[in-house]
Amino acid sequence: MKLKPIYTFLALTVVGFLFALANTPKISAYEILEKQSKNTQNSNDDYDKMMDVLTHQRCMNCHPSDDIPKQGDASHPHHFGMARGEDDHGFEATSCNTCHQSQNNLNSGVPGAPHWALAPASMAWEGLTRAQIAERLLDKSMNGNRSHQELIEHMTEDDLVLWAWEPGVDADGEPRTIPPVSKEEFKKAVENWFADGAIIPSK
Amino acid sequence: MEISLTVNGVSKTVDIADENTPLLWVVRDTLDLKGTKFGCGKAACGACTLHVDGEAVRSCSYPVKFADGKEVTTIEGLGDRENPHPVQQAWIEEIVPQCGYCQPGFMMATAALLNKVPKPTDEDIDKNIINVCRCGTYYRMRKAIYKAAKLQAEKVINESKEA
Ligand code: FES
Ligand code: FES
Repeated sequence: MKLKPIYTFLALTVVGFLFALANTPKISAYEILEKQSKNTQNSNDDYDKMMDVLTHQRCMNCHPSDDIPKQGDASHPHHFGMARGEDDHGFEATSCNTCHQSQNNLNSGVPGAPHWALAPASMAWEGLTRAQIAERLLDKSMNGNRSHQELIEHMTEDDLVLWAWEPGVDADGEPRTIPPVSKEEFKKAVENWFADGAIIPSK
Repeated sequence: MEISLTVNGVSKTVDIADENTPLLWVVRDTLDLKGTKFGCGKAACGACTLHVDGEAVRSCSYPVKFADGKEVTTIEGLGDRENPHPVQQAWIEEIVPQCGYCQPGFMMATAALLNKVPKPTDEDIDKNIINVCRCGTYYRMRKAIYKAAKLQAEKVINESKEA
């Protein structure tokens, strides 16, 4: 007797389905939800740590929304009327590098790091909420067309970003305050947050 | 540490114990060029302004190690009595200085400005010439900056005619 191909196909499908059912891992819907919420919680913690740094004045002072760099813990406008200028480096003959060099100056108290300059205007963060900062950070049209991987590298390897943890002394010789999260914790938080999909929590 | 640099067109090698010594100290004390002045030591007043590779730099806040292999110009190298730089000539003609202490820094800042912006406006001057003069010679300085721009333009024309 010859079976019609359609019956063979149906029989195989049913067997396959039963086999799959038998091998489904024993995990309840509750456990899946709990795992998801744990991931979300971790990702939120990473996000919070990252944002504690990004919104600290050591970072924020050079991400102004009014093209005027800020100084000090009180973020007062930069003395002497310095401003962004055409290329984020101040003015033609009096630029950032008239005073700021590639490392901190412990004699004069003038801070310095490689490529010292304002963050580009598209990366203005001053006055934004944490979520708005994160959106801007991820937006390729604002962030210099950086992929997630490039953002991770920028945030965890760039000397000017990492200067926040080695900001030298001020004009009175007092050490500048540093962000509330350690450099290593920050790097880890950035890597984890991106690895978890760079999700901006809705608060 | 040995640092080799060109100062006002002359090659110099200086032996400095601390490479972070301010360039200003080296210029004044080691090279004995006293025209560049110490005012605040904190990159705030501009009295110590000189040029490194043509850019205005506040030398009180510039470690000498960064000047290695570079060209430094001080007020003494800008021009001399016989052949003053247009900025120096304008300063003389407008009788700008009062006590004079801040003036070399202002002249170096102005020379740097004219190299970048040959015909500066009031706004260009406000943005770029931000040194401090305790005698308040700002009004005469502004007049001198405009005059210097004019003298420099004439000089360029004359030189191109001669060439
Ligand atoms: S002495 Fe250098 S800026 Fe005042
Ligand atoms: S002329 Fe005296 S400080 Fe400027």
